[in-house]
Amino acid sequence: MSAPPASPPLVSIVDVHKHFGGFHALKGVSLDVMPGEVMCIIGASGSGKTTLLRCINQLVEIDRGAIWVDGELTGFRVDGGRLHHLAEAEIARQRLATGMVFQRFNLFPHMTALENIIEGPVQVQRRRRAEAVEEARALLARVGLADKEASYPANLSGGQQQRVAIARALAMKPKLMLFDEPTSALDPELVGEVLAAMKELAASGMTMIVVTHELGFAREVADRVVYMDGGLIVEAGTAADVLNSPREARTRAFLSAVLS
Amino acid sequence: MTPASAPMGARMATGSAALPDVSGYSIVPQRHWGRWLAVAAIALLLAGLVRAFAVGQIEWDYVARFFTAPTILSGLFNTVVMSVGAMALGIALGIAAAVMRMSHNPVLRGVAIGYAWLFRGTPVILQLLLWFNLALIFPTIGFGEWSWRTVDVMTPAVAALLGLGINQGAYTSEVMRAGMLSVDQGQYEAAKAIGMTRMRSLRRIVFPQAMRVIIPPLGNEFIGMIKLTSLASVIQFAEILHSAQNIYYANSRVIELLIVAAIWYLIIVTILTPGQMLLERRFARGAGGSR
Repeated sequence: MSAPPASPPLVSIVDVHKHFGGFHALKGVSLDVMPGEVMCIIGASGSGKTTLLRCINQLVEIDRGAIWVDGELTGFRVDGGRLHHLAEAEIARQRLATGMVFQRFNLFPHMTALENIIEGPVQVQRRRRAEAVEEARALLARVGLADKEASYPANLSGGQQQRVAIARALAMKPKLMLFDEPTSALDPELVGEVLAAMKELAASGMTMIVVTHELGFAREVADRVVYMDGGLIVEAGTAADVLNSPREARTRAFLSAVLS
Repeated sequence: MTPASAPMGARMATGSAALPDVSGYSIVPQRHWGRWLAVAAIALLLAGLVRAFAVGQIEWDYVARFFTAPTILSGLFNTVVMSVGAMALGIALGIAAAVMRMSHNPVLRGVAIGYAWLFRGTPVILQLLLWFNLALIFPTIGFGEWSWRTVDVMTPAVAALLGLGINQGAYTSEVMRAGMLSVDQGQYEAAKAIGMTRMRSLRRIVFPQAMRVIIPPLGNEFIGMIKLTSLASVIQFAEILHSAQNIYYANSRVIELLIVAAIWYLIIVTILTPGQMLLERRFARGAGGSR
């Protein structure tokens, strides 16, 4: 599914650093993601994989380096050889290029499933409500929840909530989807339905960056797998290379710990 | 050993023959003798109290006559309008101060903290007197061509509105802040992730959820405000207590008119309580599997 080599990367991460107080969470990460590519980021907790994901849509502000999304430098404006912080409204506009799915769903509890999905298109993108509702219904059907449009999140299972969250992110018509451990908060029997929705999305050609512990999903769906440890990328390659015959000792140790 | 479908009585009869079968007996409700005793005592006390007031020096027909006197009714109207107006001002200022307090801008944070410190740190009655006597500090208000004499602007109603509303805002800001803090951080992030600015996410996502936490204390504050308006009588604002006083200065029926005012306060507060319940239900949408 890799894009032809001529096309520029959709995401370019260049030497990104992030500190949280005294903790050096990212120590110079560089990574390109091509259009249509599905990339899985694996690693132990504290390895910086979630932080990296959150830097891409600017929920976390980077300390050094640069992140380009769809040809646009995120968070900063270049002027006179210096970087200037963008205004809040500009950052909000840049975030429209990415959709985000959270570990804990974060659906808006005071809105029905349908209202959750049309909130962004109607309130932020100022699209016509009737049109947004029609698209939202199609998205609900796509994630297998056509009959749940009037349900409040509290009355949905975790797997159903996460599928509504995927539909909510897709409603903004993003160029890139970010998944932050989308199945980690789910009961084991509900993991499959969320992964199925994500597989369908991957098959449709969406560019996806997925932070996950689901190695089976990574092996089956990912074009590339990245293993992170200690705020650095240790190894990156095709799913088969990284998961079946890792070059680095640290990757082997992590995989054997996870798979045992 | 017992199949799940076997009826209870059958199991009792066959499985454990030693235990008596009580499945057919009816349950006798527990008797609460202490409660009946308390009711009797309270009824006795109340009867005594009613008798004391009936034979005491209260001319009840004065209470009835002045209950709907035009002065009292206009005072009642002023009390209600001032309560609503001052509370509206308080809520507006409270939201602004709470948002400023939680902003990343240290200047805004400082202003919000200073506002709460100043107005919570001084008595309301003192603030009312200061607003009413503002003309002593600034004889005129305005710029150049557009200026007015302060005594003309700062009528009792305006002074009461500013005094009560601004003071209320200082307290309401803390209620609003508690409400905003009660909303999960993930909600702010989800709002950002769909491209919302901070102001839009507060309006669309955070405040509707915070309302559940905000309304009960705010209802409390509103009830407090209705009674607080009586303080404005010291700056000659014609609310209901002030009207009652004006009448009893003329006819010396002090207790009767105070009773008239007390009954009206009770009526307003009684009407408000179900209103608050309706509001709470409105903002409980989607909470805890209701509906």
